[in-house]
Order: sequence, then C-alpha cells, then structure tokens
Amino acid sequence: MGNSSSMLTQYDIEEVQQHCNNAFSQQEIVSLYKRFCQLDRNGGGFVSAEEFLSVPEFAVNPLSQRVLRMVDGLNFKEFVAFLSAFGPRATLQQKIEFIFKVYDSDGNGKVTFNDMLDVLHDLTGQFISEKQRKQVLTQVLEEAGYTKESLLVLSDFVKILGSSGLKMEVEVPVD
Amino acid sequence: MSSSEGKLKPSSSELDLDRPNIEDYLPSGASIHEPHGKLRLRDLLDISPILTEAAGAIVDDSFTRCFKSNPPEPWNWNVYLFPLWCSGVVFRYLILFPVRAIVLTIGWMIFLSCFIPVHFLLKGNDSLRKKWERVLVELICSFFVASWTGVVKYHGPRPSMRPKQVFVANHTSMIDFIILEQMTAFAVIMQKHPGWVGLLQSTILESVGCIWFNRSEAKDREIVTKKLREHSQGADNNPLLIFPEGTCVNNQYSVMFKKGAFELGCTVCPVAIKYNKIFVDAFWNSRKQSFTMHLLQLMTSWAVVCDVWYLEPQNLRPGETAIEFAERVRDIISVRAGLKKVPWDGYLKYSRPSPKHRERKQQSFAESVLRRLEEK
Repeated sequence: MGNSSSMLTQYDIEEVQQHCNNAFSQQEIVSLYKRFCQLDRNGGGFVSAEEFLSVPEFAVNPLSQRVLRMVDGLNFKEFVAFLSAFGPRATLQQKIEFIFKVYDSDGNGKVTFNDMLDVLHDLTGQFISEKQRKQVLTQVLEEAGYTKESLLVLSDFVKILGSSGLKMEVEVPVD
Repeated sequence: MSSSEGKLKPSSSELDLDRPNIEDYLPSGASIHEPHGKLRLRDLLDISPILTEAAGAIVDDSFTRCFKSNPPEPWNWNVYLFPLWCSGVVFRYLILFPVRAIVLTIGWMIFLSCFIPVHFLLKGNDSLRKKWERVLVELICSFFVASWTGVVKYHGPRPSMRPKQVFVANHTSMIDFIILEQMTAFAVIMQKHPGWVGLLQSTILESVGCIWFNRSEAKDREIVTKKLREHSQGADNNPLLIFPEGTCVNNQYSVMFKKGAFELGCTVCPVAIKYNKIFVDAFWNSRKQSFTMHLLQLMTSWAVVCDVWYLEPQNLRPGETAIEFAERVRDIISVRAGLKKVPWDGYLKYSRPSPKHRERKQQSFAESVLRRLEEK
C-alpha cells in the first residue's frame, strides 16, 4: 500500500479480533488496516490528531474534538477496539458505554451537569445562549427525576437511553 | 520535490467561497429523522447519530478516496507466471527504459538546438518567434509522450485559437498538460514547482504564455485572476488551459471546480481525460512521489493509454452564477470520463474545512431543540 508497514498476518488478524471481542470479521479487520495505514501518513504506527483532522468529513463534525481525545494516538489494535461499539454485532450495552465515555471526559465514572452542558455546547455552538442551555438541561433533567447536582453513572445512562433502540452502526467497506 | 505538507490551518480567505450545499451529498444522520414530540433527557443525551457520522468518517470518507492511488494487485506467483512477469520486468527496465531515455534525450537535443536560437535570434520578430516556439513546445511534448509509449486517442474537434475562450480539464497528473500540449500549444496555469520542473516552467513554458501561482498565498488569487482575465482577452495569446480542481485527483473521482475559470466572461470548452488503468496508474500522488519518480515510473511501464475528449463549448447561461456554471461543466466532464463527483474542495488537502459546515449542523440541532422544548 505504498509507504508504511508490512501486511497483516493471519496471526495478527486473530489477535486483533480477540482484542475487540469479535466485533469485526477478519475481512473487515483487513479493510480497517488498509484504512489505518492510509490515515497514518507518516507511518508512525498510530494516527495523530492532525491526521484525523485532515479528513474533512471528520473535521466538520461537532463532536470531533471529543472523539479525537478518545482515538488520538491509538495503535491499530486499540483503534479497532475503539470502533467496536460501531460494529454490526455491538450490543446496546456497548453503545451506551461508548456514549457515556464521550460525556465522562475526566473518566471518573460520573457525568456531571457541566459535562452534559459541555456536550450540548459542542452540539449547538453559538446558536443557543449559555443561559438557555442551562435552562433546557435543567428542565429535562428535572422532568426525568434528576437535579442539577445529580451525578449520573453508567446505569443511569442505561436507564435513560436503554428504552430507545440506538442506531450506531458504521459500515466497513470491504473490497 | 513533493509539495510541502505544511501545518493544516483553516484559511478562511481561500475557502470562504459560497458553494453548493454539501449537505446534499453527505450522509446526514441528525437531520434525516426529524425528531418530534416533547424534548426529553433522552433526546439530549442521545448523541448516537453524530457519533456515527464521526466514526463513519474515520472508517471511510469520500475525500480521501479521491487521492487513493491504486497499487497493482499482486499476482499469483506460479511456476509459469512468475518467470513471465520477471522477463516483463527485465524487458521494461533493461530494454524499454533505455530506449525511451535515448528517445527523450534526442528529443531534448533537437528541441534545445532549435529553441535557443529561435528564442534569442528572433527577439525582434515576436509573432514569428511565437509561432516557432509553439511548434517546438508541441514537439518536445510529443517526445515526452513517446517516451512513455503514450497511446492517446483524441475525440472531438481540435481546439481552435480564438480569443475569449478557455479550456478546462480534469486533473490527474502533470502529464495531463503534456498530453494536451502535444496537440495544441496551450498556455496553462500551474502551481509553481521547485527543482528542474520550476526551471522548465520559468524558461520554456513562459514562452507559450503560462501563468504561475502559489497555492499557499491567498493574496495571489486576485493577481492570478487579473492575469487570467488579461490573457483570455488577448487575441493572439495561446488558448488558456485551466485545471479547475486545483490539485491532482486519482482519475476516478472529481472534486469541486474552482469558479475562477468560469467568471472570465469567456466560452468554456470542457476537456475530459481518462487514463486506462490496465497499463499504468497515471495518478500523480504528489504527497508520495516526486515528479521525477513519477516520470520514471511511467517510463518503466508498458504504456500510458488514455482518451481525451474535446467536448462542446459552454457559455454562462442567463441567471446562472459562476459556481453553478462550474458545477454544470464538472458534471459534463465527469459523465464523459466516468468520474464520481464529490462535494469537496481540492484544497482541503492543504487546509482545514471552513467552520461554516459545522455551524450549519449546530444550527439545525439548536433549532430542533428549541422547537421541541415548546411542544407539549
């Protein structure tokens, strides 16, 4: 494929498959590897933030910075594991866990009012004032039985998001 | 001699062009299922559509696809195929390549021995000198094409020298220019390159009236537009050839055309170029290869086979903007050359997209939130 690394051996593929709990088929892993090498332009074995942001479709996404924090500097095995929440066999639990991680930026297992406010800010930009955002968030939180001071944990997220089917699948193009 | 891979930074002056709605082309997760009903906590926390778009872009995106070179598939090495391939390699490198190099060298010697005298001795008689230089440039381009065993099929009427007309073509490699130039001496507008290519640009190509620009300089655009306009108005200037994509694309996709060529008040003659991949992948991936390596690769391949279509000249329709005109011509060229259109600006190779796109998404989400808050 031009510059970087060697081809994936069967052993490598199986190792990656194990690491991501069979989220992807072997063919999909090979495709993901081609993609990984394509993104990793300087061949350093990981894709840097700059290299991700050079994909315009990714750079225009409102949550690009948050996703970048989670995926920056991962090697290929971890990259596939990261994407496993978007695989065809991902469980609802896995998807909700992923969403939780996006909110829980400091990784302490608790999502605060401010965490949710920050994400809402990313999603709405300058088109809602900070005051309005706080108002909206407080209102829907209280209607759901929480308060401004509530610290949401994963099980809360499962309760809130679990009822609706989450559509979070990405198709890996296989040549 | 690869183009500089500087830091990516948003260059608003370059990219703040109004353009057709990207949302028409992109998979829009959040905006497709217009959610209804009262706003609940679940709706605010459910960021799955936007995350899916982000992950989708990580896994595959239409922009990167435009610049993917296609490496030759590895063959099944059998007892009989492998030696056959080896002898092919030997033939190409040890016989074809030296012959081609010799042909090219002879061509250069003939060219230089005619060009230099003509250029200096006929300094006084401009029109005669230009005529000779034109013929000589066409000659050296033919030698180049011969050095790759270029088989070019031209379709459509030969371009004529008329004022107020420009030619636009899709861009795959710098050899596009050479292939078109061997038939008609165009004046092309190109990025100024360093090295021996730059030397050729400033000496020989100057004589056919080529115009240079520097992608990284935003101010440059106004100067260049002025030069383009001046050139296209001149009656005895060589016809102007412009590659509106602004960068090399892999001959399977076409990126957005810049509107500069379409607001000169001239007739636009579209030219479509399609290379036959079976013989060689003519895409010049300037990030991976210098032009010298690219030429060497072509000279050690079997042949460069391509089709060139000169298509029907187009004029700006009443009520059409320059951007719509550019899109219409891009459509004509893409259909003829079998290219898939993507809504991205080629310059995104060198800088980040304008924040306008993200803001549009944010705006639509914000409006939906506020609207649903009111609902009972």
